[in-house]
Amino acid sequence: MMSVPSSPSSEALIYDAIRTPRGRGKSSGSLHSVKPVSLVVGLVEELRARHPGLDPALIDDIVLGIVTPVGDQGSVLPRTVALAAGLPETVGGLQLNRFCGSGLEAVNTSAQKVRSGWDDLVLAGGVESMSRCPLGADGGAWMNDPATNYATSFIPQGVSADLIATTEGFTRDDVDAYAVQSQQRAAAAWSGGYFEKSIVPVRDQNGSVVLDRDEFMRPSTTVETLGSLKPSFATMGSQGGFDAVALQNYHWIERIEHVHHAGNSSGIVDGAALVLIGSEEIGSRLGMAPRGRIVATATSGADPTIMLTGPTPATRKLLDRTGLTIDDIDLFEINEAFASVVLKYMKDLGLPVEKTNVNGGAIAMGHPLGATGAMLVGTVLDELERRQARRAVVTLCIGGGMGVATLVERL
Amino acid sequence: MSDFDHPMFRWDRDGEGVVTVTMDDPDQSANTLNDRFSAELPVLVDHLYAERESITGVILTSAKKTFLAGGDLGMMMRANDSDRPRIRALLDGSKQQLRRLETLGRPVVSVVSGAALGGGYELTLATHHRVAVDAPGTVVGLPEVTLGLLPGGGGVVRSVRMFGLLTALQDILLTGARFRPAAALEKGMVDEVVATVDEGLAAARAWIAANPEPAQPWDRKGFAIPGGTPASPKVAAVLPSLPAVLRKQTRGAPATAQAAILAAAVEGAQVDLDNALLIESRAITELICGQESTNIIKSMFYDMQAINRGANRPEGVPAHTAKRIVVLGAGMMGAGIAYVSAKAGLDVVLKDVTLEAAEKGKAYSAGILEKALAKGRSTPEKRDEILARIHPTTDPADAAGADVVIEAVFEDPELKKKVVAEVLPYLASDAVLASNTSTLPITGLADGVPRPEDFIGTHFFSPVDKMALLEIVVGAKTSDVTLAKTIDIARQIGKTPIVVNDSRGFFTSRVIVEFINEAIAMVGEGIPAASVEQAATQAGYPVGALALMDEISLTLNRRIREETIAGLAAEGKEKPLHPAAAVVDRMVDEFGRGGRLAGGGFYEYADGRRTGLWGGLAEHFGASNTEVPLLDMQERMLFAEAIDAVRCLDEGVLRSVADANVGSILGIGFPAWTGGVLQYVNQYKGGAAGFVTRARELADRYGNRFSPPESLVRRAESGEEYT
Repeated sequence: MMSVPSSPSSEALIYDAIRTPRGRGKSSGSLHSVKPVSLVVGLVEELRARHPGLDPALIDDIVLGIVTPVGDQGSVLPRTVALAAGLPETVGGLQLNRFCGSGLEAVNTSAQKVRSGWDDLVLAGGVESMSRCPLGADGGAWMNDPATNYATSFIPQGVSADLIATTEGFTRDDVDAYAVQSQQRAAAAWSGGYFEKSIVPVRDQNGSVVLDRDEFMRPSTTVETLGSLKPSFATMGSQGGFDAVALQNYHWIERIEHVHHAGNSSGIVDGAALVLIGSEEIGSRLGMAPRGRIVATATSGADPTIMLTGPTPATRKLLDRTGLTIDDIDLFEINEAFASVVLKYMKDLGLPVEKTNVNGGAIAMGHPLGATGAMLVGTVLDELERRQARRAVVTLCIGGGMGVATLVERL
Repeated sequence: MSDFDHPMFRWDRDGEGVVTVTMDDPDQSANTLNDRFSAELPVLVDHLYAERESITGVILTSAKKTFLAGGDLGMMMRANDSDRPRIRALLDGSKQQLRRLETLGRPVVSVVSGAALGGGYELTLATHHRVAVDAPGTVVGLPEVTLGLLPGGGGVVRSVRMFGLLTALQDILLTGARFRPAAALEKGMVDEVVATVDEGLAAARAWIAANPEPAQPWDRKGFAIPGGTPASPKVAAVLPSLPAVLRKQTRGAPATAQAAILAAAVEGAQVDLDNALLIESRAITELICGQESTNIIKSMFYDMQAINRGANRPEGVPAHTAKRIVVLGAGMMGAGIAYVSAKAGLDVVLKDVTLEAAEKGKAYSAGILEKALAKGRSTPEKRDEILARIHPTTDPADAAGADVVIEAVFEDPELKKKVVAEVLPYLASDAVLASNTSTLPITGLADGVPRPEDFIGTHFFSPVDKMALLEIVVGAKTSDVTLAKTIDIARQIGKTPIVVNDSRGFFTSRVIVEFINEAIAMVGEGIPAASVEQAATQAGYPVGALALMDEISLTLNRRIREETIAGLAAEGKEKPLHPAAAVVDRMVDEFGRGGRLAGGGFYEYADGRRTGLWGGLAEHFGASNTEVPLLDMQERMLFAEAIDAVRCLDEGVLRSVADANVGSILGIGFPAWTGGVLQYVNQYKGGAAGFVTRARELADRYGNRFSPPESLVRRAESGEEYT
């Protein structure tokens, strides 16, 4: 009997990780004038420029996370990127969506493709022009079908974040203090040049720089300046009925403390990221040196109403899978969707502040939904290299009650 | 005889080709959506199509007092899982006929005189124009939701397309509101309002002449749902909150029908009319064949009807109409009784110890009437007429000639006897002597009254003008004639009377204590008080037990307990002390928290309003018990009441299942979705047997008070329902 020879499985290695700066996700934002496809094409061109040996014909696929795949971001944008970037017609494109976990899921899926031996070289990443394709523009049964919404006790994420703060006893001061720390750390990282290796300025067709810095940041933020902000989700909580839904599910709580606002929640921004993932063999063939390795990946569900607690079970699964403990990890990067999400994750796992989100996060710099996970892979890789440290966990909380986590090792 | 035999639809064709179809069921006093209707509607529509070329228009009207009443409730109550295909086929059949009617290509006009509710209004929605006759009984609407159903004859689909998704949902479908002609015209539910049927027919003819080739809005090219489809940004922005607002309004209680209405309306608005009708049919089939609609129809229609038609009334006593009532005590209850009596046309003598107090009692009526006037629900003449019937006084002689007295003074047996004795000499010799009390045994109050056979208990509920229930308590010596007269008076003043035999706490006050005590016991077990309250409201109680206890007062709870213990001791009986007692004692004695009027109880108050649960509960009783599942908490409350209701039946306190069901829902807030406190046993998963198994499980976990009574175990074995 004949057997089909298959390639031996390989480690999934990270050859590079780059990203655009993040523009404010509204019409006054610098990247509103740039199409999402162009944001990604710019990064593809940068990768080719950085790695002259990279033979585009050997790229199997482009896998991008996109959370609102409509309009400018619709119709399998990754394939459009391949064509628009002038890559050979053999390069495929795959759009995937795991809400806020999409960018990391794209990295994980690409790593799995490579590690299985069925693909050799994949561009993984994500893009989100939130200014052009607003959150929720794609509808969906979870929110918009009353039967599903009713049965699953849907509430918006902001109310979920406030629910976490309430169940965990995080006060307004706690979450505001965390937000200030994020701003300070991001400012320090930018002024220290920690992001230089990864940031690729966005240019227009004439070569003019459109944006070269994360423009959402407010480094002068203090607990006092945040103090004047009104809670963002109190009105929808009471008038929209969502507090009642939350309390019916978390019945031991008498009322929701609405502590989140624009200053301690992730910023709405535009941006894109790419991670070049390939086998050991393709790297040596193309003369590229690996920067890191995807050691393991994990996903987990969580209760959909409190929704944003998935990173803890996903991380536990990841560590169980690798036989590692918290102490074996040098850095934790958890997406700052809301301050309470980070505080709960740190509390659950007993993480020290020195190891967690050391260069700030989405509260300061913004959260371009589909791209963020891939951005964070680049952020931790840069920091592992800077610290000459070894392992980092990247994780994000996810709509619908999920978490995704990735263990990255510096090589 | 024509080829088309449809006796319920009279056919009159005039010289101009207008066919007037008059609904007139030859076998029934009212037109209903019965088997005859279902069988003849297709014949009528066939007839219209057969003669279409010679028809210029169709007028649809009714010869009865009711335009057309809704579907066969008995069939819907009995329908279960196995009936799904049959129900679907039935719905599909009638919807197809309505669709044919509205696409006849000739103007079809409804002239509505009398009630067109539910199926009746759905029929008119399948016509092109609706003319309402401003007659006393004319009312339109889609009240299906109130019976745990949805309008399945195209009512969801057509109302959404006519009024827009959100308006249809919020004003018509989810409320089940009934609209009188003027309100219906304002809402667009009817197109014209006229004074008489003849004017209605003339208006219909005029409209037919002016609109020779009408089509429904949704059959016209370029039709768009008013306000937009679910995909439009404006509607999409509110969609996610619709189910949440429903959960907020229902406080998490089962709301299967409302949720199904939301779903069918939204989903239906995304597709074409025919598919929308299909989605609607699937949704209502599930509701009709489900348990909640069975429960609600049984209690709110059949049990209620039995009671209001006199199931409790002794036979052979001539109908009685009261003319002059004496109300003793012009406090909250007395003032309310005076109001409902005056409104019903009785002369009311409202007596208190001071004229000021009596006048204050009358002012209560004035307040209600002013509010009604401000809302346009009354006229100055009506207000003055009602108020003129109330005579505030301090003079017992003003009771002269009254044929009924109701005392509503403090719950003090001696005081009650004294005030009745004072007016007794002036009353008509056969006047009904009624005592409004929520717990005092009637037989004892009748003791020493010259005419104990005329003495009876009337337990009104507060506020009297809003609460429909009257619990009539029959004392040991109360005569059948007195009971019959009291039932007649109850109906006269618009109350639904249940009848119970005398016993401490009667039925309602006794059973509600079980609900409250169970909740208090849970606080004592260290379950967070917020969970206890959520358990109640999510089970469908209108208010949490702890909040209710604060209103009633913990001190009263304890007094009733002590009186009960003493009363039982006098009979040589003993009842195990409920675990709630220890909590109440600590609350009252140790923490001085007797309830809202005492300044605070389980809750804290500011300006008389609840501001939150008292922090001391967690401190003194603990709040870390997460062992008890929410479902157990809910069923402990529901079972505690159901089991005590079974005991009431065993002890002869309750005389009928209907009284138990209706009394529990209307009087003490037992969740309506259950169909009442005994229907709850029938409908529990596995029926009475399932209930018994679960009761034993609760007894093992939470105490012997959940052990099912012997009679219930026997029912479980025989499979006999409480009917």
